[in-house]
Amino acid sequence: MVHGEAWTVKELFVYPNEYIYWTIQIVMYPFMTGLVAGAFVLSSLYHVFDVKKLKDIARFSLVFSFALLPVAMMPLLMHLLQPQRGIEVMLTPHFTSAIAAFGIVFTTYAMIVASELWFVYRKHFVETALELRGIGERTFAQHMRHLLFSALTLGAYDISEHALERDEKAVKVLAGSGIPVACFLHGYAGFIFGSVKANALWMTPLMPVIFICSAVVSGIALCILTYIVTMEIRKFLAARKQRLYPKLPSAAELKSAEVQVVTMTAKYLVMFLILAITLELLDLIFRGYTAVKSWDILRSVIYGKDFTNIFVIQYGFGNLVPFILFLLPGLTIRRAVAGTLMVLLGVFMMRWNVVIGGQAFSSSFAGFMHYHLPIWPHDMETYKEGLFGALTVIVTPYVLFWLFNKVMPVFKETH
Amino acid sequence: MINRRDFCKKTMIMVGGLALPLAAFELFDPKTLRAEKTDTEKVRWVFLVDTHKCVGCGMCVKACKIENETPYDANVTRTWVERYVITRDGKVHIDSPKGARDGFKTGKIDIGGGKFEDIKPEEIDKAFFVPKLCNQCDNPPCVQVCPVGATYQTADGVVLVDREWCIGCGYCIMGCPYGVRFFHPVYRVAEKCNFCYHRITKGMKTACVDACPFDARRVGNIKDPADPVTKIIMTERVNILKEEYGTKPQVFYLGLTKEVK
Repeated sequence: MVHGEAWTVKELFVYPNEYIYWTIQIVMYPFMTGLVAGAFVLSSLYHVFDVKKLKDIARFSLVFSFALLPVAMMPLLMHLLQPQRGIEVMLTPHFTSAIAAFGIVFTTYAMIVASELWFVYRKHFVETALELRGIGERTFAQHMRHLLFSALTLGAYDISEHALERDEKAVKVLAGSGIPVACFLHGYAGFIFGSVKANALWMTPLMPVIFICSAVVSGIALCILTYIVTMEIRKFLAARKQRLYPKLPSAAELKSAEVQVVTMTAKYLVMFLILAITLELLDLIFRGYTAVKSWDILRSVIYGKDFTNIFVIQYGFGNLVPFILFLLPGLTIRRAVAGTLMVLLGVFMMRWNVVIGGQAFSSSFAGFMHYHLPIWPHDMETYKEGLFGALTVIVTPYVLFWLFNKVMPVFKETH
Repeated sequence: MINRRDFCKKTMIMVGGLALPLAAFELFDPKTLRAEKTDTEKVRWVFLVDTHKCVGCGMCVKACKIENETPYDANVTRTWVERYVITRDGKVHIDSPKGARDGFKTGKIDIGGGKFEDIKPEEIDKAFFVPKLCNQCDNPPCVQVCPVGATYQTADGVVLVDREWCIGCGYCIMGCPYGVRFFHPVYRVAEKCNFCYHRITKGMKTACVDACPFDARRVGNIKDPADPVTKIIMTERVNILKEEYGTKPQVFYLGLTKEVK
């Protein structure tokens, strides 16, 4: 069977070779890189612009951004028909292609996040390494931990006041330089689509900007959500532990801190949400107003075939409802969870409507293609390009986050 | 000591002064320069399709599939033939069942999903066939977007794919406005018509040209003024597909009308 035939249904006249070649994994790709960029921008708000109230969530979102980083690459690899050659994009890049920049942008960004994390957690690494060194008879596990943390210090054991101050400065510089790179990482994902002149729906110079704004929205939403979940777990643990150690913060204290952080972060979320919706609507209005050759088929896709996906799920449930939820006074944790979940759905649907919607019509402008997401995998292809492949991509960052948290505790006071 | 006002003034003058001579420089593209000095290339392959002559028999599609080892029953093809039926109500009905590999056996129009539309002969205003193949564009978007350079343009104008190098990302397929590219079901890399490069470079015609019983398809060298194809392109009213994309396609059509997609 031809690649793409398993999930494409054609209607009216479609060129014989046309199928939906870019599927769920290509929806996941901008969604995941968006989360990476958004999480990083959120952490930078504290580090660069000194938004003190975001302190708690800043370190958290930085580690989370790092956990999401390898996952941004995963959907691309799963989508390639020759994944073993994927490394060629980095080794033999062909620079007229937007994808070729991936290797450079991605590694630059990864290095910035990694080194920022190192400066943030250096004190913790040194302390842990020294503490483990102090133990005379180490068990095997302790020995391995000692090796790991000694390696992580990179031989820099100076944690004097002066050295830590310089660390903070380095974090500030890295976070500052990271913002444009994060925006570039994601803006260029938008460029990949926006520059395809053969696709009437994708081709718009607004695409990179729209992608950045919705990326920041989704990144902040996911950070709030994951933050709430981990805080709930902490509250649960705190209630149990407090009986033994009364010195630890009580569940009530944790809760008030949690509400404050969430309310503050939600304000930034709404700001970027307004920006994202404005740009998307501008794009839509502009297309309708100029009504070039492709508008006839685009109109039948946007207002006809994809109406529910675009106007009901994306704009309605994904943008309007959470917008109201966040703007109503007295934000509660429960409402924030509902709001962030809907925002995430909205951004996911935006990616879906761009990637799948862009292939919903033939480039002959005389026919349509319908996408049927493979649910139960029959073979490798329907796994990779189906529901389970997408779920694999979603689950991985949480596994990584759990692992990273062991080495870089998100909630421990460091500086 | 220079004060701020002076510093700003002098900076402005310097920037302005530098900008003028810099503007005199022009960046040269070595390729363009060489082409302007001496157009060394002796060959530029082009294609000519005479839609008046095409009867939609599908011999070209069959020959192409066999010659280029595109699996015969796979629903992809390097070349295909489209049927256009324009009815009195102004509607345009288009189809190309199996890329017209077996020709058009019925008058019913394939509307996808296994359904067919019956059109009464007396309703038809005009009907014709249009063969399609890779346009071997002078400004190929597929070559531009390939992230690893696995697809490239030869000096004589044909766009080829390196099967050993293609990573299978599908960006070139997305980038082609003509829908000529697809994934090869066996090699699992991007695949396209290459004007039978292995044949034309050895003095033969393409498989589809050889198979066409009505001379509707012809391949030629536009750099050779004596080539009959060149003569037709130069002297008759030919047209190209989707000019608005700026791809500069090199497949020329005789008898193209506005309905053709």
